[in-house]
Amino acid sequence: MARILVPTRRGIALAAILALAAAGLSGVLAARGAVPSAGRMSASPPRGAPRPPRILGAWVERSGGESRVVVRLSTPIERVEPANFRFTEAAAPDLPIVVREVRGARGAAANASARLILTVAQPLDPSARYRLDILEPALAGEVRPSAWALFLAVILSSALINNFVFTRYLGLCIFFGVSKKRETALGMGATFAFVMVTTGMLSWLLYEFVMKPLHLRFLQVLVFIGVVAFLVQLLDTVLKKTHGALHEKFGIYLVLITTNCIILAVPLLNAAADAGPLESLALAMGSGAGFALALFLMSCARERVELARVPPALQGLPIAFALAGLFALAFMGFSGLNLFR
Amino acid sequence: MSAALLPPTPPPARRLILNGLFAENPVFRLALSLCPAVAVTTTVLNGLILGVAVLMVQVLSSVTVALARGLIHPRVRIPVYTIIIAVWVSAIDMTLAAFVPALYAQVGLYVKLIVAFAIIISRLEMFASRYPLVPSFWDGFGMGLGFLAALVVIGALRELLGNGSIFGVRLVAGKPLLFFALPAGGFFSIAFLMAFFNWIERRVGRGRGRAAAGGAHG
Repeated sequence: MARILVPTRRGIALAAILALAAAGLSGVLAARGAVPSAGRMSASPPRGAPRPPRILGAWVERSGGESRVVVRLSTPIERVEPANFRFTEAAAPDLPIVVREVRGARGAAANASARLILTVAQPLDPSARYRLDILEPALAGEVRPSAWALFLAVILSSALINNFVFTRYLGLCIFFGVSKKRETALGMGATFAFVMVTTGMLSWLLYEFVMKPLHLRFLQVLVFIGVVAFLVQLLDTVLKKTHGALHEKFGIYLVLITTNCIILAVPLLNAAADAGPLESLALAMGSGAGFALALFLMSCARERVELARVPPALQGLPIAFALAGLFALAFMGFSGLNLFR
Repeated sequence: MSAALLPPTPPPARRLILNGLFAENPVFRLALSLCPAVAVTTTVLNGLILGVAVLMVQVLSSVTVALARGLIHPRVRIPVYTIIIAVWVSAIDMTLAAFVPALYAQVGLYVKLIVAFAIIISRLEMFASRYPLVPSFWDGFGMGLGFLAALVVIGALRELLGNGSIFGVRLVAGKPLLFFALPAGGFFSIAFLMAFFNWIERRVGRGRGRAAAGGAHG
């Protein structure tokens, strides 16, 4: 690993700066409210009133088989009886979920606490979205996991639970092609992860700010493959001029990347899920990491198989497929992972 | 692998179709475009729908390239092929979404990803850009049919073993080997089928057992 990285430190610094810039840009956009879905909540206070209470945040917690809603307020509110709260699923705002009890956090009185704990009559999904209305004073807010919780959850889920190779079967051709040697696999994994993050973010920007407003969603496939081809070509040219050594190592992979389903799948999945900037970034990073991990594991196993005596009919690709099947079985274990407590 | 297709007079339609089905079957022999072959083949119907989509895209792109081959400058041919494929994929994608929404919901992502299939662009490069309309049509048809057949075979195997049914019709009570319907089972099914093809080839003694060394393309 170190041997690959040492001569190319400048190149990696450049890559990191580019990725950070993309992340920062999306973060700024999200913070300014240009994009819905990244901020945790927005409640507009009525004008003129002296320091009206506001909902700062709300999320679902699960403890000991019981789920509850935690609400953070700017100041405590007076009326805390359950009838003053209306709690619904974001997707079904007409069907209220019964609120059984309202308590203050850590044993404090409910009408003196800025953090309320609502117990509801049915189990809730901490990763889903809900809506909370307080009738008096009239406040409304969305209940959802915090942006960072979602970010980490998407990364973990796309890297392990829904690993691109082992559970979604993407990028198989390239996966079997370059997983013969560990060193190649590492280089390929790194290149792929980087290209996935950059193309993912660029496609997201295009999708959100050009294709959506102009109602051009049906051009997804055409636009995204154009973005990938354009970016890979750009990267190739820039690398060749500025970092010759790096280009010599990774140039060959770059050419292979252009028409690869694993790269194209990231923007397509993001568009299908209508993901926000942080989620898109997380999906790109997570699936890049997952692909690199899969390549690394596979190359280690295949180097061993080289030394084994494989039946003639199974030599080559068939045994590699069987190996991948074993890894897929192992990765199934991750599906039991519960990301939100 | 293109050596057999190079003579200036195009081979007859029958040989082109057989070629796609057996001698150069995209999945089992060329080992191209494997992702969907594992991903959507949990049932025959899913395999069938994706196979039909690939067949349509392959035929339509082959025909388009064959018609426009005089106009495409060789230096920009790859981007042009990609755009042609992307256009046809978008068209097929929307058609399927409109007419078979329930099935489309299961295979949607992979239909869009047809655009990145190595098999399609390699046929355009090797065949459709060199031959006129009619042979290109049959070549695309044969290759698409080969792909379709492979998907249906894998789908039938997995649905029968994993679910005990074919086309949703129950043949065996219970689920004999649920394993084959799981993600891992897809990899094993392909491994066994490929090994089976290799074994037949060795038994017949015609090949030199090099099918297993297949392609490593996107």
